[in-house]
Amino acid sequence: MLMVLSGCDSSIDTAGSDQYSSGDADFSTLVTVGDSLTAGYADSALYRNGQEASYPAIVAGQLNKIAPITFTQPLVDDNTGGLLLGGTPITTIGNRLVLAAGADGALAPAPIEGTPSTEIGVPLVGPFNNVGIPGAKSFHLVTPNYGDATGLLAGTANPYFVRFASAASTTVLADAAGQQPTFFTLWIGNNDTLSYATGGGVGVDQTGNADAATYGAADITDPTLFAGVYNTVVTALTGNGAKGVLINLPDVTSIPFFTTVPHNAIPLDADTATFVNGEFANYNGGLLAAEAATAITADERAARTITFAAGNNAALISDESLTDLTGSGLPNYRQATAEDYILLTTLGALGTLAEPGNPASVIGVAVALTDAQVLTAAEVELASAANAAYNATIAAIADASPDLALYDAAAAQQVLATTGVKYGTGGITAVFARGGGFSLDGVHPTERGYAVIANDIMGVIEDNFGATIPRVDPGSYRTVYTN
Amino acid sequence: MKRLVLITISCCAFGTAYSGGYRAALQGQKAMGMGHTGVALGESAETVFFNPAGMPLLEDNASFTAGVTLVNSNIEYYSRETNARAKTDNPISTPISLYYSRKHSEQLSYGLGIYTPFGSTVEWPADWAGSHLVNKINLAAIFVQPTIAWKFNDKYSVGLGLNYASGGVKFDRNLNTSLTNANGDRSKVTLDASGVEAFGANLGFMAKVSDKMRIGVNYRTEIMLEAEGQSADFENVPGALATTFTDTTFSADIPLPAELTLGLSYQVDDKTTLAVDVNFTEWSAYDELRIDFDNAAPTSVNPRGYEDTTTFRVGVQHHRNEKWTLRGGVYYDQSPVVSGLFAPETPRGDNSALTVGATYNRSPRLAFDVSAFTLLSGEVTNSYDQYAESDGTLSPFGGTYLSSANGIGFGVSYNY
Repeated sequence: MLMVLSGCDSSIDTAGSDQYSSGDADFSTLVTVGDSLTAGYADSALYRNGQEASYPAIVAGQLNKIAPITFTQPLVDDNTGGLLLGGTPITTIGNRLVLAAGADGALAPAPIEGTPSTEIGVPLVGPFNNVGIPGAKSFHLVTPNYGDATGLLAGTANPYFVRFASAASTTVLADAAGQQPTFFTLWIGNNDTLSYATGGGVGVDQTGNADAATYGAADITDPTLFAGVYNTVVTALTGNGAKGVLINLPDVTSIPFFTTVPHNAIPLDADTATFVNGEFANYNGGLLAAEAATAITADERAARTITFAAGNNAALISDESLTDLTGSGLPNYRQATAEDYILLTTLGALGTLAEPGNPASVIGVAVALTDAQVLTAAEVELASAANAAYNATIAAIADASPDLALYDAAAAQQVLATTGVKYGTGGITAVFARGGGFSLDGVHPTERGYAVIANDIMGVIEDNFGATIPRVDPGSYRTVYTN
Repeated sequence: MKRLVLITISCCAFGTAYSGGYRAALQGQKAMGMGHTGVALGESAETVFFNPAGMPLLEDNASFTAGVTLVNSNIEYYSRETNARAKTDNPISTPISLYYSRKHSEQLSYGLGIYTPFGSTVEWPADWAGSHLVNKINLAAIFVQPTIAWKFNDKYSVGLGLNYASGGVKFDRNLNTSLTNANGDRSKVTLDASGVEAFGANLGFMAKVSDKMRIGVNYRTEIMLEAEGQSADFENVPGALATTFTDTTFSADIPLPAELTLGLSYQVDDKTTLAVDVNFTEWSAYDELRIDFDNAAPTSVNPRGYEDTTTFRVGVQHHRNEKWTLRGGVYYDQSPVVSGLFAPETPRGDNSALTVGATYNRSPRLAFDVSAFTLLSGEVTNSYDQYAESDGTLSPFGGTYLSSANGIGFGVSYNY
């Protein structure tokens, strides 16, 4: 009788799923190189929970189930975000965003309260397997002194790299390749167009200028420069015979930072529309005169003519690419179209009064959105063209070697943005704040979004190197935090 | 010989012997040894529960029996799709039973039963893959049943018990698949209802078809536990949502379904008795779990769609000698859970169980019972498809469940 009780030590048959294998790859020294997406940055900050759910950390955690590996990350000290230099918070780096109730009770992203505790003035002792530097562009990987604290003020150094660079003069690539990786991932080039796009296209498209020393922070990197750097980086990382996954670059316009605010989000009643149209009568008349004087084409005149009506209206924007008629007293105004992207960061300003108390100063109606607040159609084209060129480089390099696999993050991002991704017990979409895929900065994934990416990358490793790797359950990872 | 049987019969109360859903069929040690049969036996005070009409058929003037079972049951979860795994860490459950039957006259008997026919504790790891459906659930109900029975003649008898039920449920789950506070802790709610009271009835009829054969019919009415004004505590709720998810009270109805059992017993020889029961349980009463909060939190509607079930039970009893009686049994139990509504609160499919038992007669009056069971159920791969995210999209939660349950029970009987 007692024996009956003791039996029953059964276990679910997992059909050989415990038979994991590294296939043709050697994961013993995994090094991951890239920018904020590799670092595990989310919610406008690098914080501990995000780092622990970075795609490299997740992938390494699963590879560790095949055979034990060591994977270290330059973990920050808290979940606040922000950095200290010599005990003083660096003002340009904010705390992480959480959803919080605003004055009207509606939930909106806001920085969490708290004082950062992560000091960058005392460099960590590495090396670190995860060499992901938030803000890094392609050429920064090979730029000496990118981790030199004395260059912080001048902007030639990156505070995140300052924190764990092996020496002031080193490069990101040297610190990565110096670990003699046996396997690596490389996801660099996002910021080469993203800083331009998130800045509303104020920067310069440097295509044709391969001298990065002349670039501003928000410029588009020359694709030729990108290709040269990328080759250098891959050559160095494969120097030890390593295999690796190259990750291409999603189009900037597939992320909620650009797609959340509609171009025509301004509701007006008929009386207000009539009033506003009256205010623009002179401007519209001036355009007709300019057309008659052949200063502008009929198409440009039509595109610039301001018309408001009852209902939702396209925002008034300032577009520096229009013909300059300021000599005739006509500003570079037009209304936005579906091809223009109003930035997520513009949302708070849209529809408010530029001059308090002056109802005729509504931003987006009477006062135009500035160049920095909108990524116009022409600017989108510049960013997308450069991005496509980078991706062509990445694909060609991946194709050229059997040791290199390609993860098409651009395609995956399109799927997320259009249909969303299902993972068995749930799903994520690219809908801002609610979709679960994107963190509150509208650019970086949530922990759950990173988990989906990590699963994808494990799939690429399996497909290309004959490995068998257990996946993670994205549903067990967090999305946005609500305060 | 009969006396021996009666004495031994005390307790087959299996803690969570499983009759599907949240029914714990463990209401007598002797019955448990015989596959939890007993509707047509009328051999021990356990008949107060199994069929009150058996009370006048007891040999002794007064019969008392009590028992407790220690049940160890756990469930393992695995999803091939997400590679998620989890295993419950359920505490040992201890269903009890206590019966007393006394003859007032040759015709009239009266008695009392106290037992715990419903009970289920499932404890998944905190924040496991299905935590938006359930982290922990504990359901318990104790029944007190004063009973009378009337014997018309040597052939026919009837019995009637009134059930007073007192029950409680504690239920803990995460609010949804993703909400966390600013620290990243998952927001959850704990519902705690206790002392919910309700009434029902236990009706029985027994007939002696021949010297060797008895048949019995037992019907237990549905009892609806209507929890009202019970406490709902919200934890880790973001401050911004605190006005919606304030600690509050809630109301919910949990049906303890009606059961009809038909039984037959056959005296194979002087020493051996065979019993067969067929049980129909009206689980369709559990259509949905609806939780109304008395704050601004939306009403939680959880479709269950249980189906009526049939359970087949067979048991045999053998009086080996004056001191020892041995028992064995088997049952096949349908699950009330339908495909697509397979929630991890009671994640069991159809199952079978083997049971054994024995009685040691210390004296003609005093006897000790022991019984044991083990569940033979295998894996079930199924899903709960009706979980709706806040935007209305359905997120099915599925996987493979492997449940195990076994228990051992002890009882004592005293007849005089």
